[in-house]
Amino acid sequence: MLYRESGQYKTSYIADQAIFPIREDRIGMAIIGAIALAIPFFASDFFLNAIMTPFLILALAAIGLNILTGYAGQLSLGSGAFMGVGAYSCYKLTSIFPDVNIIILVMISGLFSAGIGVIFGLPSLRIKGLYLAVTTLAAQFFLEWCFIRIPWLYNYNASGAIEVPERRGFGDIILTGPSAPAMTQYFVVLGIVVVVTLAVKNIVRGRIGRQWMMIRDMDIAAELMGVRPLTAKLSAFAVSSYLCGVAGAMFIFFYLGAAEPSAFSITLSFQILFMVILGGLGSLVGSFFGAAFIWGLPIVLRAGFPALGIGIGAETVFHIATMIVGALIIVFLIVEPHGLARLWSLGKEKLRVWPFPYG
Amino acid sequence: MRLKRLIAGTILAGTLAGAALPAFAEELFVPLFSYRTGPYAGSGIPIANGMHDYLTMLNERDGGINGVKLRIEECETGYDTQKGVECYEQVKGDGALVISPYSTGITLQVIPKASVDKIPVLSMAYGLSAAAVGDTFPWVFNPPDTYWDGASAIITDIASREGGKENLKGKKIGYIFLDAGYGREAIPLLEQMSSDMGFELLQYPVPGKEMQNQSSQWLNIRRDKPDYMIMWGWGAMNPTAVKEATKIRYPMDKFYGVWWSGGNDDAAAGGEDAKGYRTLNFHGVGADYPVIADIKKHVVDAGKSQVDPAKFADNLYNRGVYNSMLIAEGIRRAQELSGKTVIDATDMRNGLENLDITEERLKEMGMEGFALPMKLSCSDHSGHHKVYVVEWDGKDWKKAGDWFSPDVEMVRPLLEKAAAEYVASNAPWPERTEACMSN
Repeated sequence: MLYRESGQYKTSYIADQAIFPIREDRIGMAIIGAIALAIPFFASDFFLNAIMTPFLILALAAIGLNILTGYAGQLSLGSGAFMGVGAYSCYKLTSIFPDVNIIILVMISGLFSAGIGVIFGLPSLRIKGLYLAVTTLAAQFFLEWCFIRIPWLYNYNASGAIEVPERRGFGDIILTGPSAPAMTQYFVVLGIVVVVTLAVKNIVRGRIGRQWMMIRDMDIAAELMGVRPLTAKLSAFAVSSYLCGVAGAMFIFFYLGAAEPSAFSITLSFQILFMVILGGLGSLVGSFFGAAFIWGLPIVLRAGFPALGIGIGAETVFHIATMIVGALIIVFLIVEPHGLARLWSLGKEKLRVWPFPYG
Repeated sequence: MRLKRLIAGTILAGTLAGAALPAFAEELFVPLFSYRTGPYAGSGIPIANGMHDYLTMLNERDGGINGVKLRIEECETGYDTQKGVECYEQVKGDGALVISPYSTGITLQVIPKASVDKIPVLSMAYGLSAAAVGDTFPWVFNPPDTYWDGASAIITDIASREGGKENLKGKKIGYIFLDAGYGREAIPLLEQMSSDMGFELLQYPVPGKEMQNQSSQWLNIRRDKPDYMIMWGWGAMNPTAVKEATKIRYPMDKFYGVWWSGGNDDAAAGGEDAKGYRTLNFHGVGADYPVIADIKKHVVDAGKSQVDPAKFADNLYNRGVYNSMLIAEGIRRAQELSGKTVIDATDMRNGLENLDITEERLKEMGMEGFALPMKLSCSDHSGHHKVYVVEWDGKDWKKAGDWFSPDVEMVRPLLEKAAAEYVASNAPWPERTEACMSN
C-alpha cells in the first residue's frame, strides 16, 4: 500500500536506469537526506563527534572493503593499513602544501592508497581465497611497520604520532584541528561520503562493477567471456584502497585529530571486515548498516546500562559489547549470511505486498 | 521472528537510553579513564582501583569535598587512543572537571582539544613532558615529575653509584621501551645526556603487539652487555621484560624501571630472581598510612571497591590513590580560590595551577611520609619534585635510598625548547590567555 511500484511507468531509458527507479525509494532517500542535514542542528556535539562522523567515515571504509570482498570476491585483511596510507599521505601533503584546501588533499591522498593497494593486489592474480588474505595481512603488517619506522612520514615527531594542524577553507572556515566545530566536520564528511558513495554506486552497476561480480562468481567463466582478470582485479584493489584511503584521511583529520600508528592496526581491519560481514557482502547500504551497528552498539550499550539503572562497571559493559558483537556475527553467519542488507530487502519485499500478503 | 523482536528490542532500549541522559546536579563530576581490559589491564586495574577508592572514600567519609559529593565515573579505554577520544567527547559535554587519560597516547590526542574545550588535563607523571611549561600549555598538568625528570633521575642514580657523572663516560646504557608515544617520550633527553656525558645509549624498542615476546630484544641485550638497563614499559611488557632479564641472568640491581614499570605483578613475574630490580617512585609503598587505613575501613571493608584484597595497597594502587589525591586537592584549592563549592572546569584549572600541598596538609590527609609536599605555579605545571628508588626484595617493594632531585637544570631548558618546537609544529597554537592568579 505504502510501498508499491505498480502504476509507475518508465517512459525513457534514463528513467529506467536511474539509481532509484521507484518513487517511494526516492522519497525515502530525500527523507534520509533531510534528516542527515538536520541532525547537526538538534544533536549534541558528542553525538556528532563521537557517533555520526566516525560512523560515516567507517561506512566509507566498509564500502571500500565491500568493493573488494563483496563485489570482486577478494578477501582482504589490510583495510586498516590502507586507511593508514591515506591518513599519512594526507598528513604529508598538507605539511608540504599547507595552503591547498584540505578536502582536495583528502581526495588526492586516496590515490596514494590506491597505488599501494594495486601493488599489494598483484598477488591476487595468482593466489585466491585464504592465501590472498595472508598476503593482504602481510600488507597490513608491512605498512604498520612503515608508519612506526619511517620518521619522515610523521615529520620526525618525537612521540611518533601525527597531529592534525589547523586548516581553513572556503573563506575562513576552520575545517580541521582542535577548534574546528563538530558541525563543520560533520558536513564535510557527509558531503564527501555522499559524493563518493554515489560515484561508487554508479561504478558498481556499470561495466566495471559487473566485471568484478563476474570475477567473483566464476573467474574462469568471466575470463572466457572476455573479462581481463588483470584489469578487473586490480581495478577492484585500486577503487577499494582509494575509498579506504579517503576514509583513513578523514578518520584522522575530521575525527581523531591525531593518531599513533596503532590506530591503523589489525584491529581496525577486523572491525571493518565485521562491518562488511554483518552489513552484507556486496551491498552498499549494508556497509552503512554494518558501520552503524559495529560502531554504535558499544556506545549504545555504554550509555544504555547506566540509564536503565543497571549499575555495572565500565569494563563489564565493554566485555558485554564484545560478546554481543561476537555472538551476533556467528548468528548472522548462520541465520542470514547476507547480513543486515538482506533483512532490509526482505523487509521491503514484505512491505510491497502489505497489508494483503496473500492477495 | 524472534531475532527480529530481539533486534527491535535492542533498538528500542537504545533509544530509551539515549533519551534519559543524566541531569546536572550539585555535584563534582570526575571522570576516570581506566582500562580493566586488554593487554595493559595488568597495570590498569590497580591504578583504576586506587583512583576510584580514594575518591569513594572522600564521599563516604567526608560526604565529598566541602560538602559537595563527587560523581565518579569510569570510562573504559582499553589503552586505545580511539576509545580514549570517544570517552573524552562523552565526558566533555557532561561537565567533566578534569581529564585523567592514563595513557600517553590519549594525552597527546586530548592536549590540543583540551585548550579549546577549556578542560584541564591532569596527566600525573606521564604524557607530554613539554607540557610542564605552563605558559605554553595552560590546560595541561603533569605533576609531580615529567618523563624527562624520570630519565634524568635514573641517570643521576646510576652516576652516584658509579661515583660521579664523569665516570659514566664510555659506559653502555640500554634503553628498552614500549614502541609508542609513551616509550619514545624519554628518548630525546637520554640522547642529550648520552652526548653530554659520553655514555653510549643502546635502544631496544618493543612493539606493542609483541610485548609478550621479547626474546629477540633480550638476545641482543645479552650480546651487547649494557652496563645498565633502563625500562619504559607498561602493561604486559613489564613482567615479560623482568622475566626475560632474569632468564639471561642480567644483574637485576643494574636494571632500572621508570615509575610505571614498578607494579607488584611486574616484578613478581621474576620472583626471587628479580631481587634487586629498581624502579623510581614518588609516593609511599605499603599500607602503613592513615589514609590507606581509611580507605580500607570506608571503602574496601564496606564492599564498595573492586580491589582484590590480596592486592590492596600495592605499589600501583597507591599511585592511583596519589593521583586522586591531586585531583581532590585541586578541587579543594579551586573551591577556595573561587569561593564556590560547585566549581567548573575553569575554576579547576586555577585550582591545579595554584596547587600547594604543604607538610601540614599531608598530615591532615593522613599522608605524612606517603608523599612529599608539592607546589605548582603558572609557568611550572610539573614541579620537578623529588623522587626515590624502590627495590624489589623478592616479595615486595622496599625503599632503597633517600629522596633526591632530578637534574632540573638540565631538564628545564630542554623542556622549554621542546614546548617551543611543539608550538612551531602545531601552529597556530593558541597563546595563553588565562590570567595567572597567584604569582
